[in-house]
Amino acid sequence: MNQKTELPITARRLMIPIHLEQLEFRYPRSDFLLKIDQLAIEAGSRVAIVGPSGSGKTTLLNLMAGICSPQQGRIQIGSHAVSTMSDAERRNFRISRIGMVFQQFELVDYLNTEENILLPFAINQSIRLSPEDRQYAESLAVQMGLGDKIRRLPHRLSQGEQQRVAICRALVTRPSLIFADEPTGNLDPKNKTRILDILFGVNREEGQTLIVVTHDTQILDGFERIIDFQDFTVDANPASQPDRPRESQS
Amino acid sequence: MSWTKLVIRYIQFHKLKTVVLVASIFLTTFLPITILILLSEFNEKIISRAQSTPMVIGAEGSPLDLTLHAIYFSSKQPDPIRFATIEEIRQTGWARPVPIYSRYTARQFPIVGTSLDYFQFRNLPLAEGESLSRLGDCVLGSEVARQLQLGPGDRLLSDPENILDLAGHYPLKMLVRGVLEPSSTPDDWGVFVDLKTSWVIEGLGHGHQNLEEETDDLKVEVRSDGTLQATAAVLPYMEITDNNIDSFHFHGETADFPITAVIAVAPDEKNETLLMGHFQVVDNETQLVQPVVVIDELMSLVFQVKKFFDLNAVLIALATLFLLILVLVLSQRLRMREMQTMFKLGCSRGTILRLQFSEIAILFLVSSVLVALAVWGVWLMAGNVVQSLLIGSQG
Repeated sequence: MNQKTELPITARRLMIPIHLEQLEFRYPRSDFLLKIDQLAIEAGSRVAIVGPSGSGKTTLLNLMAGICSPQQGRIQIGSHAVSTMSDAERRNFRISRIGMVFQQFELVDYLNTEENILLPFAINQSIRLSPEDRQYAESLAVQMGLGDKIRRLPHRLSQGEQQRVAICRALVTRPSLIFADEPTGNLDPKNKTRILDILFGVNREEGQTLIVVTHDTQILDGFERIIDFQDFTVDANPASQPDRPRESQS
Repeated sequence: MSWTKLVIRYIQFHKLKTVVLVASIFLTTFLPITILILLSEFNEKIISRAQSTPMVIGAEGSPLDLTLHAIYFSSKQPDPIRFATIEEIRQTGWARPVPIYSRYTARQFPIVGTSLDYFQFRNLPLAEGESLSRLGDCVLGSEVARQLQLGPGDRLLSDPENILDLAGHYPLKMLVRGVLEPSSTPDDWGVFVDLKTSWVIEGLGHGHQNLEEETDDLKVEVRSDGTLQATAAVLPYMEITDNNIDSFHFHGETADFPITAVIAVAPDEKNETLLMGHFQVVDNETQLVQPVVVIDELMSLVFQVKKFFDLNAVLIALATLFLLILVLVLSQRLRMREMQTMFKLGCSRGTILRLQFSEIAILFLVSSVLVALAVWGVWLMAGNVVQSLLIGSQG
């Protein structure tokens, strides 16, 4: 992770802390229960969430992103109480404030690189594509080494390139938070390093809060804080489980 | 990039699927509509033609064949009847007879041997040229003139009866004397000649050089009784001109010459009934039919058959609909992750539904436009298609 990726100079984002209190979430018709008594994430920090499969890492990310709503408790992101927002408010908040990166990249197969990067502007009317946004998208693509692949469809890109397109898509709305769910899970070691460098570079230079869900313990070095879900997930008998994730500072 | 562009890009990317779906919707919609248009055109044309032809007399046999021959000059001719029938009808005084002898073609268009009464009866004015005035003249229907690019003064050769029959009748080169106004009836597709000209084509009348002036032994034999006998080396004239018209003559009794149908125009219902009775009682070799009755029977049969086609069309449409639903449902399943990603990024479920329905709407819109264009084309050509089907495929 010695490489440093230069990103376009933009206005620094509003640094937003995250607070979770008395959070309870249960999937319908499932024994799974996620219960968090208290969790605070500092603005602009680099946080890794680790833990075994099915422990609730992705669920926590989805809750913080407003993709699903908790049955109980409070999720506060900056001055926004995400847990009390309506569906539309959560969507608008998500698309304008949060950049999402997924393990399978989740690019749209019929859109080229540029169109995939600009996808957020096409699917939500609350953000409008301006000429500056388009210029910013182009500069992001160039900085990510995708300048000559702007018209290519995803199937003509390598896996590393696809993930870089996905990161560009996450950054194009200039979000304050980056949520990445297993962003290196499908990558070879070289691309893994490059993707993490990019994400850390964004965090360092733009001040965006970076939260990465991973089960890959080899990539934890660059994170400021690690939240371990090992003992955190609560099953059908919540009374027997602890309600606070084990944490470590690095 | 707007959400509509997303839909268009999806459709562009999945070209094969789009083409298959559009083709399915197109065919399912277009075919029943085409049948409906053609049938409606067929019904309208044939009924109006039948209504304008009060009675037809012809040889015993299929009333439908006789009717279609008399009103559409269809190539399936009924057996001929004697020309004497014309005189028989005239003598009753109950109707005006209009003869039809249509057995030959010129460039595939039916040659209709008739009298000048036919043009008056059908109310067929000339667009250019003159009416029939001499043996060998013809008057063309508007469509014949248009398709063959012929006009007054041009020549038109009748088709040989059988191209392989070298001993058969010689084709006759006819002089185009006039062209009829378009009437949107089978008359547009006819080559009209005088009855005698059609008998010349038949070979019942011909013209050749004067044998008494002929000195070539190969062409003339002198019989033992002193009369002259032409040999096969004497060729009949293939064209009737001012120079040879006087040499044309007919062999046999005119009363025995063939005609294929007679249109009988009675002045009133009483005379019509009398004439019908006459042909029912007196003559067993001929029949009198009322085209309206015959065509009504035909159309009731056609519409009964159409009910099965309609049922078939409904079943095919249902099958196609189910297939479309299946394809679209499977397609949506395949796109589940894409939609999930859009939702996670901040897209509303309403927008996702709008994307999916827009795709279906565009498919139906494209199919509808294609169907509309194709139906418009069918509608424009329906008259000609029905006309040519009725005239050409009866044989």
